[in-house]
Amino acid sequence: MAQGPTPQIMRQGRLAPWMYLAPAILVMGFFIVYPMFTTIYLSFQNKDGTQAASTTCVEGRPCWGVFENYRYALTAELDPSSLQSIWQTFWLSSYGNTIKWILLMVTGTVSVGLLFAVLAERTKYETLAKSIIFMPMAISFVGAGVIWGFVYNYGAGVEQVGLLNAIITGLGFEPVAFISTRGINTIALIVVGIWIWSGFCMTVLAAALKSVPEEILEAARVDGAGEWKVFLSVMVPIIMPTITVVVTTMVINVLKLFDIVYVMTGGNYDTEVIANRMYTEMYINFNTGRGTAVAVILVILIIPFIYMNIRRFLEQEAMR
Amino acid sequence: MNREKINRFFNRLPLHVAVIGLMLIWLIPTIGLLVTSLRPVQAINTNGWWKVFAASPGEQVYDQYCGECHGQDGALISTADLSDPVVIGEYPRSIQLLAMLRRDIDGQPHMGEIPFPSAQEAADIAVQLKAIAGGESIPRLTLNNYIDALVGYRGTNNYLADCEVGLLASGIECNLSDLLNPRGMGRAFINSVIVTVPATILPIMFAAFAGYAFAWLDFKGRYWLFAILVGLQVIPLQMTLVPISRLYAQLGLNGTFLGVWLFHTGFGMPYSIYLMRNFLGTLPRDLFESAYLDGASHWTAFYKLAVPLAMPAIAALAIFQFLWVWNDLLVALVFLGGNNPVMTYQISNMVSSLGAGWHLLTAAAFLSMILPMIIFFAFQRYFVRGMLAGAVKG
Repeated sequence: MAQGPTPQIMRQGRLAPWMYLAPAILVMGFFIVYPMFTTIYLSFQNKDGTQAASTTCVEGRPCWGVFENYRYALTAELDPSSLQSIWQTFWLSSYGNTIKWILLMVTGTVSVGLLFAVLAERTKYETLAKSIIFMPMAISFVGAGVIWGFVYNYGAGVEQVGLLNAIITGLGFEPVAFISTRGINTIALIVVGIWIWSGFCMTVLAAALKSVPEEILEAARVDGAGEWKVFLSVMVPIIMPTITVVVTTMVINVLKLFDIVYVMTGGNYDTEVIANRMYTEMYINFNTGRGTAVAVILVILIIPFIYMNIRRFLEQEAMR
Repeated sequence: MNREKINRFFNRLPLHVAVIGLMLIWLIPTIGLLVTSLRPVQAINTNGWWKVFAASPGEQVYDQYCGECHGQDGALISTADLSDPVVIGEYPRSIQLLAMLRRDIDGQPHMGEIPFPSAQEAADIAVQLKAIAGGESIPRLTLNNYIDALVGYRGTNNYLADCEVGLLASGIECNLSDLLNPRGMGRAFINSVIVTVPATILPIMFAAFAGYAFAWLDFKGRYWLFAILVGLQVIPLQMTLVPISRLYAQLGLNGTFLGVWLFHTGFGMPYSIYLMRNFLGTLPRDLFESAYLDGASHWTAFYKLAVPLAMPAIAALAIFQFLWVWNDLLVALVFLGGNNPVMTYQISNMVSSLGAGWHLLTAAAFLSMILPMIIFFAFQRYFVRGMLAGAVKG
């Protein structure tokens, strides 16, 4: 492992390692591994976990037997009357919104992070600039929700106290109800996410950029490449492995993101996402079966990334 | 400045504009929160926070219609002294004020050549007159929102004013015990500290043990056990909440601090072990070998050698875990709820029950941000190091 086999000189009892590991393994087993299996089991049960899910089927309605909770979780938000209505309702459902979150937030945070890492490096106030972009990482999602709720504030009167609507009306346009207008609201929430997480992407990418050898960049410049060309065809390819790590990390973060939606809209006005829906089904509608089914779907979406993480770890270990 | 320098300045101008522009976009929302939290509630709903030092609508209209004759302070005409509360008391509303303006004074129209104000403008003037007469002058900045948020005051006036006249709202005692009012942010702050400190120390302790075993002890299956750990890092909280809350209900742990400490410890574990093991694994091998040669046991090597040397990693982890637990909402919502409300819970509750009570919301949000901000700016180096060293958690 870390540095080859442990030498003979490090004597140890056979039980010693397990004594060091016991507290960690106990709490992890109890709080992560055991509940995972129970959650899977409960997702096939009814709303209080006392009978099989198939007992909740209603005559004459569609039913998937033991997978009834999954039928609900996957299709309840859709309007099945026509293909077109399915398509439309899908993009306002928790799944459609989660896809929007992943696409917009990951591209948003990674591009802002990369751009800022490259630009700030050329200024004398790099540290200050990076601190400011990174600062929202210290703020809770709840705090960020309040901060941006006020920026998005919509007043019916003439005087807008929300910054964004004051700018919009100042330019002569009608004020926008950012939180309750469909289509706009999810994007407004994603902007909050970008504001929080860009600092993370910037920091990781800046560290990677610093490790790009200066000679390679100089060589490209001597060959007559402009700054953009150096950035796109030299820097980006070299730090591509880091970009991949950042992107996968962000996708996982977005899938699990619950607080912003919970605080700013509570999933209303068609802003629901998978992570918040699990909470709604479980702790507002008190339906254990449906809540756990949503949780299992969430984990299934994350499994590819678990696989990628483990594979990356094994590769790193092999290189040591 | 010579020509070359000027050229260089203009070449770099777009760069500075872009960087400073982004910095401003990132900062301004938070500044808006801070400024708003310091403004009196009436002002917050009257105009935007960026106008905090601008003249209020009343001041502008007063200057336009009355200022020339009556003066800025209203005392220029001694027979009609607007700074006298008795005089102003006769015109509490815009209707009386407008009637007065239409009346002739000594056979001359009151307003002379100046046109009459509109109803809205008259109302603004009436407000300004009260301010001039010292009746209801409103300060530009105040700490009242913070006091109200801390003690959980929910009345229509403010805590200090109500207590002064002896108007006790329910649950308010008007003494220091109000800081512990279960509805207030003062109590929530204490609860957040109670939750966070053990939930930071416990996982680090356990992770130090386990990390040492993974790095320097030999046992069967340590490679695969660690690979599983890497996988567990990204398991979402949502996957385990339901069974644990059912179990906690049976054990009577719902709503207790112990339950939350344990849960955070379990979930903080994979990432903490990952970080500790990676750090401990990079320590020089000779160090440990010579210690063993000198007859040190593993236990001595652990707490006399590994732990002191791992301090940078421990610091990074501590800040990471602290911010994570302090800012967490989901776990607090499910396992603590209103029994022992922490700050994030209290704020999310205020958002849904108070609607647009921005004066309390902004103050409460800022109160919850103070401690993490201080820790963040003081130990940013360690925080960044912890983040770069590992993957993700949660």
